[in-house]
Amino acid sequence: MEFTFALGVGVLTTAGIYLMLRGQTFPVIVGLTLLSYAVNLFLFASGRLTVNGAAIVGQSEVYTDPLPQALVLTAIVIGFAMTAFVLILAMRARSDLGNDQVDGRTMPQARETGADDQSERKSSRKSATRTELRDTKPRKEPK
Amino acid sequence: MILQHLPVLPLLIPLLGGILLLLPPLAYADIAQRLGGAVVALATLVASALLLWQVDTHGTLVYAVGEWQPPFGIVLVADRMAALLLVLTSLLLLSVQLFSSAGEDLKGRFLHPLLMFQALGIQGSFLTGDIFNLFVFFEILLIASYALLIHGGGKQKTQANVHYVILNLAGSALFLFALGIIYGTFGTLNMADLQQKAAHLPAADVQLAKAGALLLLVVFGMKSAMLPLHFWLPRAYAAAPAPVAALFAIMTKVGIYSLWRVHNTIFGAGAGELANIALPWLWPLAWLTVVVGIVAVLASQTLRTLTANLIIVSVGSLLLMVALNSAESTAAGLYYLVHSTVAAALMFLLAGLVIAQRGKAEDRFVQARPVTQPVLLGGLFFIAALALIGMPPLSGFIGKALMLKAALPDAAGWIWPPLLLGSLAALLMLSRAGSTLFWRVRGENDEPVRVQPGQQLALWILVLTLVALVVWAGWLTTYMQQAAADMLTGLDLQQLLAPAGGYDAE
Repeated sequence: MEFTFALGVGVLTTAGIYLMLRGQTFPVIVGLTLLSYAVNLFLFASGRLTVNGAAIVGQSEVYTDPLPQALVLTAIVIGFAMTAFVLILAMRARSDLGNDQVDGRTMPQARETGADDQSERKSSRKSATRTELRDTKPRKEPK
Repeated sequence: MILQHLPVLPLLIPLLGGILLLLPPLAYADIAQRLGGAVVALATLVASALLLWQVDTHGTLVYAVGEWQPPFGIVLVADRMAALLLVLTSLLLLSVQLFSSAGEDLKGRFLHPLLMFQALGIQGSFLTGDIFNLFVFFEILLIASYALLIHGGGKQKTQANVHYVILNLAGSALFLFALGIIYGTFGTLNMADLQQKAAHLPAADVQLAKAGALLLLVVFGMKSAMLPLHFWLPRAYAAAPAPVAALFAIMTKVGIYSLWRVHNTIFGAGAGELANIALPWLWPLAWLTVVVGIVAVLASQTLRTLTANLIIVSVGSLLLMVALNSAESTAAGLYYLVHSTVAAALMFLLAGLVIAQRGKAEDRFVQARPVTQPVLLGGLFFIAALALIGMPPLSGFIGKALMLKAALPDAAGWIWPPLLLGSLAALLMLSRAGSTLFWRVRGENDEPVRVQPGQQLALWILVLTLVALVVWAGWLTTYMQQAAADMLTGLDLQQLLAPAGGYDAE
């Protein structure tokens, strides 16, 4: 059981760290979530693994340490709130910065191929209206 | 009755005040927000000052929250060091609340409650005697700071905030891993209990405990902006609104404080095989932090970045004091910590005013139109610069002198050059900054923005604190030496809680 548990924590951590090193905010957030799952399991195991143990006195022959369970509960609540916040922040960054990159810059190949077409289209539309305005203004003045 | 519950008041007041200000009748009235902010900050300051006085006369106060007895219940420990830092935080909160009441709070919603929650987190981290509770308070101060950093909105803030939040979430995960290891090996999370158990750890668990302690070093290093983990700081601090950046000035100090608590006390000299485990890492990292900080200071292009980089230099100097690990160096570090927090906060507030009065040029070191009130802002800048450089007659000089003296017996060759070079770099760049911002001007200032009375009051509170640090330096240094000695010996929980009954050590 210990081996399976440790393997689970290890795999979750590895996957979490790999995803956190990606360049886009969405994989990074998924990575953070996986890492927080790994952390919660790890904290849970810090009171040693017991099977069929109760955390309340008088309920069972075998007892398990209740403190890590309380800690995990706290960690889950905090982690959940933080994940919710970072998701909203990432959406805000997507709309403020015009792309999903962690450093806020468009990837070089996206710029060349126009893969990030939504922001491209937006900016081209903006520039079109600007030239239209510039064109119409001098024509109106002589009237 | 009040006195009995005094240690928890500096937490309860901002918590309840913040919640009240989020509720409907108060939430939408600007005047109520401002008034409430000032009142809560003032009440916190009074409670903290009262606590300081009590602690100074009666010694360390321990408060078992909900009367759950340690080591399993959470305790708040108000010793001399914590009490002093509480006063510092609430003073800063008051100044920042007054400053933001002059218009910064209208740029977004709920600035005042958020400032209170941030102060709650900071004060909780100073007060707590339980290492998991320290994590919880860290999260409180962090989630408030996430929202504060983005206050007012804008591209730059969003981008800085994304980095800041992701980095700190990763840091929190590391913190929890470390706490899991520590609980698994020690079987307790109470700091005083940890300290007593550290010396008698079974040999099989020592390596694991070492891993936990060093993970904590990474976490606190990130909070305090230690060398390889400091890249988030200049950007975040430079992007934050002025009053928020001023309050952030104390956030790095929470990391330093935790290093003192955990690595100098729990894993300090008396920890058997774990003794002084962080020192071999702290020495070079602290030294390099100062050096890299100096390079960054010399390369700064705006007043806000310059101040942020000066914070990195001061953090490096404080880390050197942590690495020295003696009662004298801790006392000297404590003085410098208080001083550098106030001075950096003052400079951030000033940068906010300079930006408001200089228009498009903001606080960049370029020729631009003059500020509206060159005498007032220039004079205050001069005071803040003297303090940051560490020149007499202000408190920076005493802080630097105390740190140099603490290093004198055995490490002068290592510690003196970075400390003195840090001052030199600050002198160079601040004189360049001052002469560019206030003297290299061209044209007229056609849309005068004047300093509001509330902002002036906020600035003068900080200036007077700097002066008070000099005037009462004698009393303060004695107090700080006592505080450092108290902290390094640690608590004897059995003895402290025996009169209240119930604490039953194994």
